[in-house]
Order: sequence, then structure tokens, then C-alpha cells
Amino acid sequence: MTVKVSMSVNGKAVGAEIEERTLLVTFIRDTLRLTGTHVGCDTAQCGACTIFMNGRAVKSCNMLAMQAEGAQITTIEGIAQPDGTLHPMQEAFRQHHGLQCGFCTPGMVISAIDLVNNTPNPSETQIREQLDGNLCRCTGYHNIVKAVKAAAESSRS
Amino acid sequence: MGATNFIGQSIKRKEDYRFLTGEGSYTDDIVLPRQTHACFVRSPHAHAKIRGINKDKALKAPGVIAIYTGEDIAASKMGGLPCGWLITDVNGQPMKEPPHPVLAQGKVRYVGDHVAVVIAESPQQAKDAAELVDVDYQVLPAVIKSADARRKGAPVLHDIAPDNTCYVWGIGDKAVVDQAFASAHHVTTLEFVNNRLIPNAIEPRAVNAQYARADDSYTLYVASQNPHVERLLMTAFVLGLPEHKVRVVAPDVGGGFGSKIYLYAEDVALTWASKQVNRPIKWTAERSESFQSDAHGRDHVTRAELALDTEGKFLAMRVTTTANLGAYLSTFASCVPTILYATLLAGQYTTPAIYCEVTAVFTNTTPVDAYRGAGRPEATYVVERLVETAAREMKIDPVEIRRRNFIKQFPYQTPVALQYDTGNYEATLGEAIKMADVAGFPARRAEAAKRGKLRGLGYACYIEACGIAPSNVAGALGARAGLFEAGEVRVHPTGKVTVFTGSHSHGQGHETTFAQVVADRLGIPMDDVDIVHGDTSKVLFGMGTYGSRSIAVGGTAIVKAVDKIVAKGKKIAAHLLEASDTDIEFKDGVFRVAGTDKQVPFAGVSLAAYVPHNYPLDKLEPGLNENAFYDPTNFTFPAGSYVCEVEVDPDTGTTSIVNFTAVDDFGKIINPMIVEGQVHGGLTQGIGQALTECCIYDPESGQLVTGSMQDYCLPRADDVPSYRIGTKETPCTHNPLGVKGCGEAGAIGSPPAVINAITDALGVREIEMPATPQRVWRVANKKAA
Repeated sequence: MTVKVSMSVNGKAVGAEIEERTLLVTFIRDTLRLTGTHVGCDTAQCGACTIFMNGRAVKSCNMLAMQAEGAQITTIEGIAQPDGTLHPMQEAFRQHHGLQCGFCTPGMVISAIDLVNNTPNPSETQIREQLDGNLCRCTGYHNIVKAVKAAAESSRS
Repeated sequence: MGATNFIGQSIKRKEDYRFLTGEGSYTDDIVLPRQTHACFVRSPHAHAKIRGINKDKALKAPGVIAIYTGEDIAASKMGGLPCGWLITDVNGQPMKEPPHPVLAQGKVRYVGDHVAVVIAESPQQAKDAAELVDVDYQVLPAVIKSADARRKGAPVLHDIAPDNTCYVWGIGDKAVVDQAFASAHHVTTLEFVNNRLIPNAIEPRAVNAQYARADDSYTLYVASQNPHVERLLMTAFVLGLPEHKVRVVAPDVGGGFGSKIYLYAEDVALTWASKQVNRPIKWTAERSESFQSDAHGRDHVTRAELALDTEGKFLAMRVTTTANLGAYLSTFASCVPTILYATLLAGQYTTPAIYCEVTAVFTNTTPVDAYRGAGRPEATYVVERLVETAAREMKIDPVEIRRRNFIKQFPYQTPVALQYDTGNYEATLGEAIKMADVAGFPARRAEAAKRGKLRGLGYACYIEACGIAPSNVAGALGARAGLFEAGEVRVHPTGKVTVFTGSHSHGQGHETTFAQVVADRLGIPMDDVDIVHGDTSKVLFGMGTYGSRSIAVGGTAIVKAVDKIVAKGKKIAAHLLEASDTDIEFKDGVFRVAGTDKQVPFAGVSLAAYVPHNYPLDKLEPGLNENAFYDPTNFTFPAGSYVCEVEVDPDTGTTSIVNFTAVDDFGKIINPMIVEGQVHGGLTQGIGQALTECCIYDPESGQLVTGSMQDYCLPRADDVPSYRIGTKETPCTHNPLGVKGCGEAGAIGSPPAVINAITDALGVREIEMPATPQRVWRVANKKAA
């Protein structure tokens, strides 16, 4: 069975006829070919598939594409400015070496932006607790925490 | 500092922009024209005979293109998956090498073993059809724990090894060691398990194989740490394809930690099948498949003894280990619990006599191979748990006992084959003690006690060996591969440079570090240097990335190629400047006649090389492109001292790492930011082993109990602290950069530091890894009761 879905992704109206069981992440990666959103675990444990849906960070492997009908989606490809200038959180990850292999990075950056949106002045403990839905196997989180702290500070100044 | 002194600078990474913006290109991101998708039918049983496979129903399912089973693999006459290291046992006999078929031949030997591959138009259709493949299994009793493998009457995995034993291997002089123990003042004995781990790179393994009928060639995109090795093994040993007709590309790879070194059944099956269906085939592991089929790590059961004299000087060490190899020999499985383990048992100490015997067994579990550290974490755990326990038993300060036994003179020949070229163990230990504020620990412990919490302090002084070498010595010890690295430096006419390296980067930042080395040496801007890796059609050859070898071996190969560029450049410059090439100096990107102001810039020389109008064509070839192969004369020996401070809550059993200090000696450091990042990651994986991670099989059925990220506890951001990192620098003596390697150190040194701290906090001798809240609570409360 197929179903028609339409939504806004990175500010562009998109639509397609897809199998009903298509996951949102599969729609983003395979139908729209936005491959920055990654699949690391299939079980909503690792957070590599995190995107913004209607302004909230959600794990796109854990919902059907048709559940996002009419939603405003932003993926990692829509985070930097159109001229390529990095978002302050992306820039902070670069400055503080908050990424290594890059695979968890898109989801981690989106969760980190969400974190600072909700907690503009986070403590280290708050950063660590709120990022615990995103697994990173490379960085040991040390520099991710530093990056998030720096980005939060720069967005307040 | 000049504008082009890049070595030692924390330069931001060249690779970051693409990863931060979602423009990385990982294997699963690649879609080829006429793409098909594969799903593997895997064994649900740990041990079973396959009585028959009925694929009729599955073949009729929507979108199915083909289904292959072990019968097709046997008919194709392809070989099995090879093992790259031949271990010779204590009796001089070769290890048992059972066949390792690409798809099961009549029998499955672990949960997740490959039975069939279904190829369909979409991944979902392949998965649906795989459910319809009807396999008739006769379930057999299974053997899971290594301790059970050699018991009389244990189920036998392979006919070739009726006692499930691959080898019994030994190193050292047993008679001398036994004698030392007989006359020792004190003997410390420990028995422990080095817990089995599942690597869990966040990018699952993936393969996309394409066959081209036009020229009978193959292209394989694969999440691999070493594409040339993958190609060599596959063409020379398994499929028999002409090597020049196979291109292996390892594009962006999302972490490896060892698990992506090996040649896996999926890689071979898809390459072979891509010709059969004449379409590209892609497979990406689901996480549950990663748990079941990525090579696991560790899994040692060990009895270790240390003999000491009255002053706490180490007299001898005796170690007996049983290593679980899993159901088949993975690519480098055999050398991990032997060559990479027992040779490290001297640690940082002058222990004069060491004997180690390793029994490697087959069980009905996933194959075990190198995982971050590979043998060295196991060795370090043995040494540092013994040393700390001996200190406590003899009432000697754990720092003092280490100092009394440190190696202080280099080069140092250990009794277990290795010769350390250089080191300064007191320097890292002294710095770590300062940074960790060990002096303030008693006060912190007392303060914690007032809150009902138990504080403990633990040390670990590790040594490790990186860049395994040289090839001929390793070959004499059983290595079936070379251990060199290759590099090529291509200077373009305008003086821009492309560097090709056989090392592979999957998080290590080679595109930045290697560019720093080249730009620094050539005196040109960083932006003028790009690094290319991971494609057998571009890079001349390579052994890839494993064992923290990239900078020491791969980096040196590049330096040698750069030096050839400079040497040729001097000859060109001599011609242009009408001088003798022996009078030409090269500095800061300029060739100059010594003592004069006659000079030509690097780009002037490169232009002359490609537009050779004013050029010594009678003596010199045009062009400016050089390559080099580098085979090191010895390992490098990074070492360091770690201090872990924990606080245990006896009511909940929860352990918090309140302070972790790591001071490492990696020799010369090219990019401190990247090196620190490697240490952070290694520490977290080591802390994971000590506190949270453990692969558990049901001991009867052999089902993988920890088969998802919900069951296998990877450390999350709130499980670990921020770290205190320091470095000391004793340059390696036998490579031009003076570098040693840093990728695995954190995972090697941290587990014993954590366990030494927890046992100190609890006032007990031992606690098993991982020290989960349940285990800690039981120990804490048993003692209280």
C-alpha cells in the first residue's frame, strides 16, 4: 500500500508517494536523497537520525514518514546559512574538535542546538544529561560538551 | 615561528566542514545506477546442522532478483575467508585453521552466521523475502564459554579441532620463571576475566558492490579501514579475481576501532553476486546485525602471578590465559591474544623473567578479533592489576612500587621479545600525580566519607606497541602480510600538492595531520595540500589503519616521499640558479644558493619540472611526483600514567568517575587538539569496558543477550567526566618525525586505573569488569555484612 505525503523540508515543499511503512528517516535519505541524516541503530538509541520537526529535535528513525504529514522539517543540510556560513553550533563543534568520524555529528549538532534553545545557559551536568540520547563512540563527549558550552556562551553574548 | 611551521599546532580540521553540514559520503549514502539491495539470512541458532533450505516461496516474493546459499558458494569454487597470521604452538605445530565459508556449508556455528543472501529491488523487499527463506535446522548443543570448550564431551565446532583448540602457545622461559617463583619473598595471584566487548562504531558496516561487464571489472564501496588489504585478501585468497580488475573504495567511514579491518563474508558475497546478477548490490547492517556479526573484542580468562622480593622488586611473572576466538578465525584473530598480548607483559618494568601461555579456543560465538588496543589492553590489565594488588598486599605505596621497578635505561630488551627504544616513565607518572592532585586525595576521601560515599584512587602505567614491524621479523613470527606503508606526493605544476596515503582515516583526522606534516616540510600553506586516501584506484598501495600506526608508519612514508621531492627540487633549482645542487638549501618553501640571495620558490621549481624548457633534460626526468614505501625497523612505544579517582555510592552501587587524569608520552605531536581527542575517545571506551560494557551470551542456548544498544551499555555523555590530559615528549628514535601513535592508548590504560580505584574505594582485592552498580553494590554490601 502506498500513501501520499507532503511536508516542508529545509524550507522547501516536498511530496512523494511512498509505502505506508516508510520511516521518516528513509523518506529523508532515500526519497529526498538528503543523506546527512544517518541511521546508526534502528531503535532510537543512538540519535544519529535526529532532525528538527516543528522546531523540536526528534529521532527520525522512530516514526513513519506519514506521521510527519504537513510538518516543518529541518535536517542537517538546512542548518548552515544558504551561503554556507556555519551555524554557531556547527562552528563551535569545529573550533573545539567536537567531531571525529562525523557519523553521529548531524544528530549531535541538532540535539545540541535544541538543548541550547531550551536551556540557554546550561551547566556541564545539564549538557551531559540532555545529550544522553545521542551516542558518540569517537570523542568521549569531552569536546562535544566544550563545544556546546561555547556555543551557548556565544549565543548569549 | 614562520608562517609555515605547522607541526605542533592545533590546526582546525580540514574534514570538519563536510561532516558538520551533512556532506560526508559514507558507503550507505552511495546509490549506483540500477541499484539492488541485499539482506542476509542469518542463523538463529548457536550451533545447528542445515538439513535443507527451501527458497521457492522467497523467490516468488515481490522484487526478488536472486537468492544464493552455501551450495552456490561451493559451486563457485571460491575460497574461504583467510586468517592473516599463522601461530605456531608450543609443540611446533601450526594452529588449527578450520574452513571459514562465505555462506554456511551444512552447519551454522554462531547466532548471526551467514546462511543465505537475498537480492531484491529494495531493502524492504529483500528483508521481506529473507523472512520467507525456509531453513530446516537440526539444533546441536553449543559451547559458549571458553572454560567449557576443552571439557571432555564438549560439542565440537570443527572436525579439524576435535578439542575446540586452535593452539596452545607460549612465550618466555618457563623453567627460569618457575625457579624465581620458588624463591620469591611474596607472590601475588589474581584470576580475572577480561570482558568480551562489541565495538559498535556508530556507522554500521556497509557494502555496495558493482560489476562492469564491459571490462570484466569490479568496484566495491565498503566501510573499511584498509581497502588495499581487503582487495588483496579477496582477490588473492578468496575469489581469485585479477587484482587490477578490482577497485576497492573506502569512502568516509564512521569509526572502526578495529571492527572494519577484516574481510567479512558480506563483502565477498556481494562482490561475487554482483557479477551473477550483473547489477550493483548494496547491504547496510542493521544494528542487531552489527552486534551479531562485527568481530568482537577481548574475552580472556586469566590467572596471573607476580613474584616479588622483600623490597617489592618484581622477580618474575607467570600468566596463563584462555582466549575465546569465537566460531571461526577472523582475519587477524590469531595474533591478538599472542603476539600483541604476551609481548607487552613487561609493561614499564624491569621484571627479568616472564612466562605466558595462551590457549585459544573455538566456541559457538561471533568471531573475536582486534578491538581498540587489541591485546595490549588485556596485557596492561594483567600487569597493572597485579602491581597495584602486590603493593597493597606488601603495604608499599602503589606509586613507590612502580618507581622501584621502572625501566630507566634505554634501549631496553624485555624478556618477551620487544626492545623499547626510548621512554621516560617517571616523567609521565610525576606529572599525572601533580595534575590529579594526589596530595589532596586524603582530604577529599574524608569529605566524601562524611557524605556516606566511598572514594578510591587507582593508577595505571601502561606501555603499548604501535606500528607493528618490521615485516621480515613479523613474517618469521607468522604474519602473512607486509607491515609497511606507502605514500605518494604529487606536486602539480603550480606548486599545489596532492598526497596519496595508504593509511585510512575514519575519524583520526589524517586529512589535517598529514597535510600539516607536508606543508611544514615543504614550507607551503596548508590550503595548498590535500590528502587522498581510501581508494585503490588512486592510492598506489596501503596496509591501512590499525594498531595506532598511521602517523608513525603512514606519516613516515609520506615524509620519505617529500624528501625525494626536495632532493629532486634541489637539482632543478641548481640548474635554474646555475649552481651545484650540493650548494642548494631548501627552507620555508624557497630553494636558495647557500650564502647568496639567489633563490627560486617552490612553485618556480614545480613549474620548471612540468614546463621543462630551461631544464637539465639530459640528466633529469621532467615532472615532480615521488612515492615511498616505509617499513619501520621497530615498533614505537607510547607509554603513560593514568590516575582515576572514583566515588562509590554504597547504597546504590553507582560509581562516579570524579577525576580522570591521563599523561601520555606519544613522542612528537603534530596536532595536539587531534591527539587529545584521540585520548578522550580511548579513555571513554576503556571506561566503558571497566564500568558498563559487556557482551553476554546465554550460556546454554548461545543467544546474544546483549544484542542491541538497549541491552549493551555504551557509555553516554553523562556516564563519563571531562578529562585532565597532559603529555610528555620523548621522541621516537627510529622515525624521522619522532612520533609514536596515540589512537589506542586511552583504551589500554584506563580499565585497570578504574578498577584499581574501585577496589581501593571498596577496600577489596577484586571486582569483575564491568563494575556495574549491581556488582559494586553486592561487593560493598557483602563486606559490610
